[in-house]
Amino acid sequence: MSDSTTPGGSADRPVPQPEEVLGPRSGELVSGSEQAGRRGRGPEVVQVRRGMFGVQGSGDTSGYGGLVQPVALPGAATRPYGGWFDEAVDVLAEVLATEDVAFDDAVERVVVDPQTDPPSAHAELTLSVVPEHLLAVCRALRDDQDLRFELSLGVSGVHYPQDTGRELHAVYHLTSVTHGRRLRLEVAVPDADPHIPSSTSVYPTNDWHERETWDFFGIVFDGHPGLARIEMPDDWPGHPQRKDYPLGGIPVEYKGATVPPPDTRRQYS
Amino acid sequence: MTSGTFTATRPPTADEFDPGIPGFEASGGDWDEIAREAVGEERIVVNMGPQHPSTHGVLRLMLEIDGETVTEARCGIGYLHTGIEKNMEFRTWTQGTTFCTRMDYLAPLFQETAYCLATEKLLGITDDVPERASIIRVLMMELNRVASHLVCLGTGGNEMGATTVMTIGFTAREEILRLFEAVTGLRMNHAYVRPGGVAQDVPESFEDQVRAALPKIRHYLGQLGDLMLANPIFKARLTDVGVLNLAGCMALGVTGPVLRSTGLPYDVRKAFPYSGYETYDFDVPTSTDADCYSRVVLRLEECYQSLRIVEQALDRLEATAGAPVMVADKKIAWPAQLAVGADGQGNSLDHIRQIMGTSMEALIHHFKLVTEGFRVPAGQAWQTVEHPRGELGVHAVSDGGTKPYRAHFRDPSFNNLQAVSVMCEGGQVADVVVAVASLDPVLGGVDR
Repeated sequence: MSDSTTPGGSADRPVPQPEEVLGPRSGELVSGSEQAGRRGRGPEVVQVRRGMFGVQGSGDTSGYGGLVQPVALPGAATRPYGGWFDEAVDVLAEVLATEDVAFDDAVERVVVDPQTDPPSAHAELTLSVVPEHLLAVCRALRDDQDLRFELSLGVSGVHYPQDTGRELHAVYHLTSVTHGRRLRLEVAVPDADPHIPSSTSVYPTNDWHERETWDFFGIVFDGHPGLARIEMPDDWPGHPQRKDYPLGGIPVEYKGATVPPPDTRRQYS
Repeated sequence: MTSGTFTATRPPTADEFDPGIPGFEASGGDWDEIAREAVGEERIVVNMGPQHPSTHGVLRLMLEIDGETVTEARCGIGYLHTGIEKNMEFRTWTQGTTFCTRMDYLAPLFQETAYCLATEKLLGITDDVPERASIIRVLMMELNRVASHLVCLGTGGNEMGATTVMTIGFTAREEILRLFEAVTGLRMNHAYVRPGGVAQDVPESFEDQVRAALPKIRHYLGQLGDLMLANPIFKARLTDVGVLNLAGCMALGVTGPVLRSTGLPYDVRKAFPYSGYETYDFDVPTSTDADCYSRVVLRLEECYQSLRIVEQALDRLEATAGAPVMVADKKIAWPAQLAVGADGQGNSLDHIRQIMGTSMEALIHHFKLVTEGFRVPAGQAWQTVEHPRGELGVHAVSDGGTKPYRAHFRDPSFNNLQAVSVMCEGGQVADVVVAVASLDPVLGGVDR
């Protein structure tokens, strides 16, 4: 069955949108799919899953070979965002304007996760920032008295190998001790050119966190004072947290049966 | 899923190295001579660790010293990196707790709770977690905080030669580990907190066991205070050592007792309450001295505050006896509580009798939930808890599947170790030990 043997998201095949392939239950399977649309507004389709149980290249032995499931992360939120989110976004736009940076140029989209009506008390705000304006956004968030996100809780990376042109995401977690608020910045860069300006000049604490993200994902933070590996040995080849880096492991015998390594076991997603 | 076209996974080639960085080639010569040629003076670089009794595990400290003065201090970490975060991407959401509990092995219940709270946020069931489960989580975390602080104070004393401080600290911790063993069956690596609640209810008469242990713990804490707080040698070693002011803490993202020793009462339990902490009555002790001695005082005081919370949690535990400890949604909750049988702890016999003898559907449901796991809606969540060492953050990303797409742990020890340079440079070599002990790094959490 060709569907199960082709990895999803190949260049010659258009990425199906959630409502095309899923039908009435799509809302239960993919959060945020009720406002589907083109990229930038609707849910961000980061991957398309085909088949089931991780079967590949052996024909449709599972009977699920024709299954196609897009993986869509929540898309851009619509106003009102709820709570203090609207105010903070407005203030950020004002502060950026004083530095001659248009808000729409710096922030690709505003995501509220989850966006419900009425707004959930547990909703989290994510600003998707373009790499060029990351430092301006960080400075505005840290220094403006109405924003004052003075504490950075580090950087983490996420790898979406099928999200073409946006494979590597760096996620910054900011906290405002003054106002008791939290916010997330997300920067997406292509795997072919994985460069993000280093935020260490604004948040010195991100020094080790950026080293860790470089070590595990291969994102290069330009301007970092010493972007060396931190957890892996200096001469280690590859970046282990990427999805194309194997987990490794050997089969283990237990009471006569053989337990395969975790990454070769049956997959349910 | 592998396509082999991602260029950044290969090692860098020779032409990619920055030519602006000077390189020194050594071929069989004496490193001292090379250093003299390159730097023009003699430097002594001392490697402390990674196998050194006073570095709290496998921490490597690279100290450049001039006489007894440390002119430069750098940390080398990664000796205990085991790829826990990567492993979690290959197990179900429930199995994730058995992995994250092994990160910071002195405070396992905090990783479990933070991870489960993040998972619950993604599932949208934060408000559906039963009250009794939250009470048990709070009770276990606060006992764990005392146990962790006791190790910090005990080993910190031991590193300065005060062996009695260590023995008292570990004796007191033993009381708490016995309580953990009664609840989870284990002294560490519990995997007790699960998405949706906890693995099983506390045993009968557990409240009495805790109430019996509390005076003993208080007694040992009092002894520790007597041994340390007014001891002139102890004070001379710690006062005005390892100073890090508020601006330094904020810039370096240092949280926990080190931040509170500068006067800022930032505690996640108060600032961003979780598990019902806003309903407990406790204080956040602070100091303005910002030195190692004030951090010892704060840790001791935090132990007493934790015991206050434990007492309140015990009252609530008695009031909610028999209430559920797992979320009601059968599509998420583990199918059965564990029970003690003739051959040890395992699935409850009543449950096995029901699924094997009476209901095929229940058997299928059990099998599906245990082998496949539940699905978590696509999205990302960030959850922090007040860990004994600072703010522990979990960044959980789901792709709608049965396994975490990414689970990142912002471990406070990892972040706080960045402050070693600032706290040690310009001080004495002996002060390095004190300063590192006041940060209380646990390398299992640092390296993950």
